[in-house]
Formats: sequence, structure tokens, C-alpha cells
Amino acid sequence: MNAKAIDQETLLKNERDPLTHTPVHLLSLEGVGKHYGNIIALSDVTMAVDNGRVTCVLGDNGAGKSTLIKIIAGLHQHDDGVLNIMGEERKFGSPRDALDAGIATVYQDLAVVPLMPIWRNFFLGSELTKGFGPFRSMDVEAMKAITLKELAEMGIDLRDVEQPIGQLSGGERQCVAIARAVYFGAKVLILDEPTAALGVKQSGVVLRYILQARDRGLGVIFITHNPHHAFPVGDRFLLLKRGKSIGYYDKKDITLDELTAQMAGGAELAELAHELEQLGGHGEVVKAVKAEVADVDDTVNAGGPKHT
Amino acid sequence: MTTIQTKLTPPAGDERVARRSALQKLLGRPEVGALVGAIVLFIFFALVSPTFTQPNALATVLYGSSTIGIMAVGVSLLMIGGEFDLSTGVAVISSALTASMFSWYFSTNVWVGVILALLVSLAIGFINGWILMKTKLPSFIVTLATFLMLTGLNLGLTRLIGGSVSSPSISNMEGFDTARGVFASSVNIGGIDVKITVFIWIALVAVATWVLMRTRVGNWIFAVGGDANAARAVGVPVKATKIGLFMGVGFCGWILGMHNLFAFDTVQSGEGVGNEFLYIIAAVIGGCLLTGGYGSAVGGAIGAFIFGMANKGIVYAQWNPDWFKFFLGLMLLLATIVNLIVKRRAELK
Repeated sequence: MNAKAIDQETLLKNERDPLTHTPVHLLSLEGVGKHYGNIIALSDVTMAVDNGRVTCVLGDNGAGKSTLIKIIAGLHQHDDGVLNIMGEERKFGSPRDALDAGIATVYQDLAVVPLMPIWRNFFLGSELTKGFGPFRSMDVEAMKAITLKELAEMGIDLRDVEQPIGQLSGGERQCVAIARAVYFGAKVLILDEPTAALGVKQSGVVLRYILQARDRGLGVIFITHNPHHAFPVGDRFLLLKRGKSIGYYDKKDITLDELTAQMAGGAELAELAHELEQLGGHGEVVKAVKAEVADVDDTVNAGGPKHT
Repeated sequence: MTTIQTKLTPPAGDERVARRSALQKLLGRPEVGALVGAIVLFIFFALVSPTFTQPNALATVLYGSSTIGIMAVGVSLLMIGGEFDLSTGVAVISSALTASMFSWYFSTNVWVGVILALLVSLAIGFINGWILMKTKLPSFIVTLATFLMLTGLNLGLTRLIGGSVSSPSISNMEGFDTARGVFASSVNIGGIDVKITVFIWIALVAVATWVLMRTRVGNWIFAVGGDANAARAVGVPVKATKIGLFMGVGFCGWILGMHNLFAFDTVQSGEGVGNEFLYIIAAVIGGCLLTGGYGSAVGGAIGAFIFGMANKGIVYAQWNPDWFKFFLGLMLLLATIVNLIVKRRAELK
């Protein structure tokens, strides 16, 4: 067990962009924090995103994942720390700013308007136009054709892009949203819990699109609470808990089991075992939980993940 | 749905789409319920009243429809954009009063007053939208407040400046005749006098339909009404779009206000109260969802036409006009239920 947390030095000084070979990240956060009034939603988060890499952000509900993406997507502004895009410090005033900087976000609710046709959703906010002055109109035919083609490339074969997007299944809508981001030249793609509401099969499909986006050279930020979804596709893993970073690992330095253990939190499991014992009558369950606790302890005691 | 792996299941996934016939596509349009209603109503009045189908009577029905329909264009677009406006009825009168009182008091050419009225109407729309965006209050509250304030201003200022509840006559003033020509003349088509508002109405519907269906702004209007947060997240200027819609309503109110002024030569300062509901009813009967994101300008026009037919048709049929309001309420209820079914079906997963 040799999981090694990436410390700030290695992260920000010695990593090189795989495409440009410059020591600059596509996007990086250094000690970023955010508070709402006296509530500290996020503090001291450091992470980086590079071309063709997937950075996973893991954490339970309320860990600060949503706050983190809102800062990167321009919906909120951070109060502490630095947000760098291609080595240049930025603070986004609006989602438009973030989009213009090449950061596209696929939200949990997908940011699609259910009653609108698929093609109108696909181009919403970035419509193609033709003509000049007051007679500038949308190039409807071109937009429909592009929508159809882009979705076909994603493996969604639709005959009718006029149907309301609300009629598609959750996985399909997810893919439309990803295809949209890819088409509009996103450099960084943020996926907010894309697999949360999906079944096993559809989750697999969405994970495949994440890899497809990565292979096209995008930097992907994959937000999830499921280490089983994160591990196979991720290159780096940032673990959040109660608004703080509890670990930041390279894939080569951590195993799925360690990741799961970190997520689950050994202390919570021990407490659960204790409570079950007090209630009595759950002999089998208690044994199982205790075994799990021992497992987690092993991982931690073996000098594994350092809590930063 | 398993269509996600259509790569593996070749054309099988397509037939489900191809099955939609032309008829089903037509039935999916927002205004189809209103269109069916309009046809039924037309046939009904044609049967009970022989005079109803006379060209002169039709011109009258169209004129009645246009005075509602001009406003219904702006109100429909606003409703598709997810808001509605209770101040429209009195804002029309505010616009007319501004034009007449200003040019009368300062003895200017009436066209100066007309231009000033346009600015005032656009400003009322802007203020409605701006307060709404700043406070994030429901549009019901904000526009109810402007409705009350405008009602008071109309009465108060008219009495303060002119000393009467109606504006002084401006028929002898410079520019009155040309303004009447633009806003309140008639066009003779084959011996039938058709009011110019009918043509303005049709032109506005055509422009609004083009904007909705074929321009970026139209896409944004649907989006801010359908899901403002989603629209904002993909970079749609939500605030500007909504404020613009309120200003569009202001523009329509200006046209109708000018017509009211120049069709006669004075304006009653207490008029207009209650008309805002007629515009909203026209939009709703025409298939615009009260919750936004769905509807059409043509629908609003059909809604206004239904209103005009019912309003005049009852007179031609020589019935007691008391029944009119009951009928209007029934239409509204039926139209809303049809809309609800349409929306449920559209959101069906």
C-alpha cells in the first residue's frame, strides 16, 4: 500500500502539459476557497486539468463538489486562492466568460430546455446565423444537419431532431449535452454527476463518452460520488470532504480499494459497527462491518494516504 | 429507452420516429387547439346569423380582433418568455394620454407627442422588466404594482394638467390628420372599408413569428421561458431577453394607444382597466403556456380572432351580450386544459 498524495510542489512545478510540453496546466486551482456569508463552502482546494486527462472530483453529498464546479463554470466567484487558465489568472464574472475561455459544463440537470426541439437546445446560446443587419436569421437547416451528424458520431441515431429534448432518455440527453460541449470547441469539459441518475448500462455508455472526449484532447473534470465510475476513467483524483480537500492522487499511486476506503472513511464505518453492536441482534452485519473497518485501517496504517 | 445503442440495433430505432404522420405533427403545434376552436366558432355564427358572413361584418370582426390582437402579439411573446404583464391595459391609455397631453399643453405638432409616447411606452416596459430582474419577484406582483400606479397617474395627471377626466381634443392641431392617416385610417378593398389596424396586426404577427422561429432572439425567448437557469448556463442573456420582451409589449401598447387617440381625438383617462386580461386570454387561448416556453404569435392572433368573433358574433346573432363573458370564460378554461395536455405529452419521457 503505497498511495502517495500529490503535493503542491509536484503538482504545480514539475508537471508538463502533454501536448505543449510546457509546465502550464490547461486549468489549475491553487488554494481556492469560497464562503457564503459565514458558511465556508470550500477551502484550500488545489487541482489541475490537462489536455487529454480526466481529473475526477470525488466526495459525498455536501462535500463541496457543486461549489467547486460553480466556481470553474463562472456561476460563482471564488474568495480565496487562484484560478489559472493556461497559466493566466482569471475570475469569471458569468458563465459566458467561462464558455469563452473554453470551459463547458454539463450539469446534472443538463441545462437543456425540455420543451424545445433537440436542435434548438444543441445550439442554444451559440446559434448559427446567416444574413446581415436586421435580417440576420438562424441557419436552421445547417443547425439541424450538424446536430444530426454530431449526435450520430456520439452513437445516437435520431431521425427527427425536431422532437422536444424532454422526450429523450436520461442517457441520451447526457450525450446530447456532451456532444454539444465537444462541438463548440470546449477545451475543458466539466461533467457534474453524469452517472448519478443512470442505470448500470447507461452509466457505461456515458463513461465511454468521457473517454471519447478525453481522446479528442479535452481536459475533463468528472464529478462523482462513485469511485467505481471514477477509477476506470480517471487520471487524477481529488477527494473532497466537508468543503476540504482530503487527498489528491495520481492514478499510479492509488488503487480502487484505497480510493473507496478514503471515500467511505474508516472512522464512520467503525462508528456504525459500534452502533449496530449496541442495538444487538445484527451479528452477521457487525462482523462484516468490522472486517471492513480492519481493511480500511490496514490501508491507512500502512503509511498510505496522507490527509492533507 | 434503449435507443442509446442504436449503433448495435440498426434501422430498428428509426421506425419509431418515422411513424409520426403529418397529421400528428400538425396536432403537435401550439395553436392547433385554438384554430379548431376558431373554425367551429366561425361555422356556428355563420349558421345562426346570416349577416355574420357579409364582408362588412367580417371587416368589423377583424377590426375588433385587431385591437386585441396587436397587444396579444407582444403579450404572447412575453408569455412564451415566461412572464406576464398586468399593466398593459392602462399602459395603452398612458401612452395615448402622453401623446395628447404633451402636444396640447406645449402646443407642439402632435407627432412630437407621438414620439414621446413611444419613449414612455418603451420606458414602462423597461422599468417593468428591470424591476423584475433586479428583485426576482414574480411578474404578477411587479406588474400589478405598475398597473395600479399607472391607473393613478393617468387619472391624476390628466386632471392636474387638463382639469378634466378626459384629455382635451387635439383634432385641430398640427399633424393630427397625418397621424390619423397612419394610426386610424381605413383602406378600401373592393368597396369594403378595412381598418388599418388589421394590417398593422397582420404585419406584427408576421414579424413576431419570424423572430420566434428564425432568429437567435426567438431561440432565447423559448429558452428563458422554458428554463431560465438552463438558458443562463449556456450563455443566453436572460435579463436582456426578458427586459426586451417587456419593451416589445410597450411598443405594441404604443401602437394601440395611438390608434385609440387618433380614432377619436380625446382619451378617457380611466379607460383600459381590465383589458390586460383580454390580451392574456387571447394568448392563452392561442396555446401559449402561462408557465412559459411554449406557444406562438399566430396562436395569440387566433385567440384574438376568437375573441373578436365571439364579441361581434353575439351582436349579429342578436343575443343578449350578457352571455359573452360566460362564453369567454369557458373558452379560456377549455384552452388551458388543452394546453396542459399538450405540455404533459411533450414532456413525456
